[in-house]
Amino acid sequence: MLLDSKCPTGPIETRWDRHRFNLKLVNPANKRKHTIIVVGTGLAGGSAAASLAELGYNVKCFCYQDSPRRAHSIAAQGGINAAKNYHNDGDSIYRLFYDTVKGGDFRARESNVYRLAQVSVNIIDQCVGQGVPFAREYSGYLDNRSFGGAQVSRTFYARGQTGQQLLLGAYQALERQIGLGTVEMHPRTEMLDVIVIDGKARGIVTRDLLTGKVESFFGDAVVLGTGGYGNAYYLSTNAKNCNATAIWRAHKRGALFANPCFTQIHPTCIPVSGDYQSKLTLMSESLRNDGRVWVPLKKGDARAASQIPENERDYFLERKYPSFGNLVPRDVASRNAKQVCDEGRGVGETKLAVYLDFRDAINRLGKNVIKERYGNLFDMYQRITGEDPYELPMRIFPAIHYTMGGLWVDYNLMSTIPGLYVTGEANFSDHGANRLGASALMQGLADGYFVLPNTINDYVASNKLDKVDASHPVAREAEAQVNGVTKRLLEAKGSRSVDSHHKELGKLMWEYCGMGRTAEGLKYALSQIPAMRERFWGDLRVLGNGEELNQSLERAGRVADFFELAELICIDALNRNESCGGHFREEYQTPEGEAARDDENYSYVAAWEFKGVGAAPALHKEPLTFEYVHPAQRSYK
Amino acid sequence: MSSIAIRPIHRAVGFYEAPIGKKAVMAVTGLVLFGYVVAHLLGNLQIYSSDPTQINKYAAFLHNPANAIALLMARTFLLVCVGLHITASVQLWLQNRAARPIGYFKKDDVPASYAARTMIWSGPIVGAFVTFHVLHLTVGSVLPLHEVEGGAFLSPDVHYNVITGFQNPLVAGFYILAISLLCTHLYHGIWSMFQSVGVSHPRYTPLLKKFAALCAIVIALGNISIPVACLAGWLKV
Amino acid sequence: MRIVLHISRQRNGGAKPKLVRYEVPNVNHEMSFLEMLDVLNEDLIAKGEEPVAFDHDCREGICGMCGCMVNGLAHGPRPGTTLCQLHMRTFKDGDQLYLEPWRSAAFPVVKDLVVDRSALDRLIAAGGFISVATGEAPDGNAIPVPKEAAERSMDAAACIGCGACVAQCPNASASLFMGAKLAHLGLLPQGAPERDARVEAMVAQARAEGFGSCTNIGECEAVCPKEIKLDVIALMNRDFLHAQILGRGAVSENAG
Repeated sequence: MLLDSKCPTGPIETRWDRHRFNLKLVNPANKRKHTIIVVGTGLAGGSAAASLAELGYNVKCFCYQDSPRRAHSIAAQGGINAAKNYHNDGDSIYRLFYDTVKGGDFRARESNVYRLAQVSVNIIDQCVGQGVPFAREYSGYLDNRSFGGAQVSRTFYARGQTGQQLLLGAYQALERQIGLGTVEMHPRTEMLDVIVIDGKARGIVTRDLLTGKVESFFGDAVVLGTGGYGNAYYLSTNAKNCNATAIWRAHKRGALFANPCFTQIHPTCIPVSGDYQSKLTLMSESLRNDGRVWVPLKKGDARAASQIPENERDYFLERKYPSFGNLVPRDVASRNAKQVCDEGRGVGETKLAVYLDFRDAINRLGKNVIKERYGNLFDMYQRITGEDPYELPMRIFPAIHYTMGGLWVDYNLMSTIPGLYVTGEANFSDHGANRLGASALMQGLADGYFVLPNTINDYVASNKLDKVDASHPVAREAEAQVNGVTKRLLEAKGSRSVDSHHKELGKLMWEYCGMGRTAEGLKYALSQIPAMRERFWGDLRVLGNGEELNQSLERAGRVADFFELAELICIDALNRNESCGGHFREEYQTPEGEAARDDENYSYVAAWEFKGVGAAPALHKEPLTFEYVHPAQRSYK
Repeated sequence: MSSIAIRPIHRAVGFYEAPIGKKAVMAVTGLVLFGYVVAHLLGNLQIYSSDPTQINKYAAFLHNPANAIALLMARTFLLVCVGLHITASVQLWLQNRAARPIGYFKKDDVPASYAARTMIWSGPIVGAFVTFHVLHLTVGSVLPLHEVEGGAFLSPDVHYNVITGFQNPLVAGFYILAISLLCTHLYHGIWSMFQSVGVSHPRYTPLLKKFAALCAIVIALGNISIPVACLAGWLKV
Repeated sequence: MRIVLHISRQRNGGAKPKLVRYEVPNVNHEMSFLEMLDVLNEDLIAKGEEPVAFDHDCREGICGMCGCMVNGLAHGPRPGTTLCQLHMRTFKDGDQLYLEPWRSAAFPVVKDLVVDRSALDRLIAAGGFISVATGEAPDGNAIPVPKEAAERSMDAAACIGCGACVAQCPNASASLFMGAKLAHLGLLPQGAPERDARVEAMVAQARAEGFGSCTNIGECEAVCPKEIKLDVIALMNRDFLHAQILGRGAVSENAG
């Protein structure tokens, strides 16, 4: 299979404009004759659904939550990047582009990233127009802060709830369209398959989570904005119900899965406290603006933080990376935290944590300033741990947070199944091997508001599609398959709960395919997963039936997919014999312990083709070329 | 017209049809009735005048045939306000009950707002009391009323009627209870009427709540002092 | 520690709710409330009993999906805290906790502790937005927003749409939810043009959904996990009266 990224060539500054001009349009009056299916209502799905409906398309929109406002984009705290250069500090579209390509460790497409930086500017305008209450200066103008991986202040924020506010903007735009009747909303409805007819995505099969009804919906194109797959690791900062089912089932129908091993580990999460732990809570990266990360110099130092004098503290990020200090990118910060813990210098009961200390910032700026900046984060920390971070340093540890990998898409955001578009975290496109802070919100909204509504017209205009309905044999086959899986899950009649299987998988993945990976460990994981998967199917207990709300059944279907996806993540990690961004292979590091990339052999997107459960997937490579930002070892020293 | 769907938000709700409209009516009528309570108290306090006929003079002024039309208008106005206040509150109460057809097995009330939650009960009890109070001291169907010569016409001997009435512990007790309820009703009502018409300010609203409490206490003390003084024998015919 | 739960259970909306007693021994005080329920459910599954259905998603206090009454208080006893962020250190050994779903005519019960809150979405669809299509907006700094307005707007915009206000209100009123949205949008210059119409549309929708009305009791404010203040209801009242008394009526729908 030849992967055509459809990226325009020529000067990068005008690529998007020229590309847009070359795309076909759909006459405004004709748009209402076309139906677009949008799955997911986060920043990427919700913004796409609203914008497509505004353009005049008929939109059918689906989410598994009880309301489109609950999508996990809502939990993003810190902010959203945009190259506004409102602060005259040397920012520009080009610099945001440069930082993102470099931050992604040279594993992203230059054309995509440049476009992302360009439309970042429009996103802020749009969100302000929607009533997003961004932080303001006393002058009434927009405030900015700085974020990891950048030396300019380009992050727009709404307290520590930026994701929530941006999502409410998209949600309200979506609700407006629902009120107008241009969007048909289906909450508590889970997509379980894609209907591919004559090689084109024509619809989806869903299950109504309240009644168990399995149904097919059809349209001219399908958009998946269904988020990432971090929950393959069981413990992650994702919402409990985030899942990979939509993208995984699309993958099984022919969409290639790109770079699955690029998973991001976020350095500032609240550490695990016990076996019952159900998820991890992230503390915004913005905390690293004022907090200093340290551990005791001595191994096994059991003294309380306040008892450790200044000269016996190791501010290891400031020591190793004097120019970026505590603001190094996430992968670097996480890896260093793991390193000091591996050396036996971790803190807290489990010794799997490092300090994030605000003592100096409080002394310098006063408690009130810190409270104004991070008050809600401090409150959250206190609620969860019972400790007061104004008095005691926070304890933090890295956790799975974001997945840069996802379904392969071309420049138009179309997957390898024609008519199947993928937006936001669900696709692989813009972040390479590592995502910079405050860039996920930017990408989700860029895709949904400004990219997809432009590119999808071209597909709709160029394809004459026959009308199809649920009586089509392909739809019937897909529905039968969905019903078959549900039946199989309910009839497993084993002894163990879904969660116990999921936890087992998660532990294995975190251990062998987490922050540090080795060929040996990955091979071990790959030897274990098939057996685990078999145990899952053989010894699963799902009580209740399939005709009413059954949360165990929902989870079981999702976990079944994680068992297949986990294998692919490990295969990809084993294939990529280099370290880059979030993928750190311990065999490949520089003498100083930094990631050693292999541009000669691995400067490509690894896109995997499904060949059957348990069968080796086929690798397709999309070579990456860099005309503007020349690959170099990332240095934040 | 472009294909972009544009529809102005619908504007279709009548003033009184909306609960906020009803609450505004209750706020305005509540304000009138509050004013009446204050004026009534000022009238009552004349009973402490060193001149025992002072309160009767005030009554005579009110009952002067020359003021009959004004008195009738005032009474009608007050009755209309009472009627509106009650009608709106009953309508809201019915709607609000329907909004939770199945109650909780266990419901913990937030302690902050005893007065607020009991408005719907303090209201009717105060209403019953007002009826009794009018029957007692205006109509005279509880105890026979004395009248005195007020010049060209007969006017009530308020001084005598009040004191003899309150020497009856049952009458005095009911009066004290009702006044207490009236004042919890006022305590919430004074603040609430501002909230209902949309006046709220982080600096002034807490002051307003204190003022409401103070008003309620002063009105309660002023009114309750009269039966207490009668029972204790400080006020005599 | 040991916790005794009395959970209101029902198979579906039509069924009669029944309180069922469960004991969870070995509760760790570091657990979140929902993790304690997870432990209960794992135990029930092991015993072959159907687990208790409860809504939850982000488990970090922001998505608004979780919530139930704990001893008659929405989201439990800790102020400013959603159920998922409530930790078991708040309780003591042997505590008896009554768990019930949000109860309101506008929130039909789906199963056990799960309710249907789509009425809140319909309130937003009625008017809780600013009508700006993608691409229309001017530069973000074209219209300065006074810092105080932005901050007050943000205070109100923090609402997570969990429905605790409705659940706690003796009148099952959604006024705090509506007020929060109206304040969030109305206090910003961008939201000012539709301010009158927005309040009227949302107030009318609230009646249609069967929500009760505000009688200024303040229980909503006391349980709101985002500590939204009653001020927003005053603002809604003011906007409504302003629109009704000073407004000039509907603009023609066919204009333009």
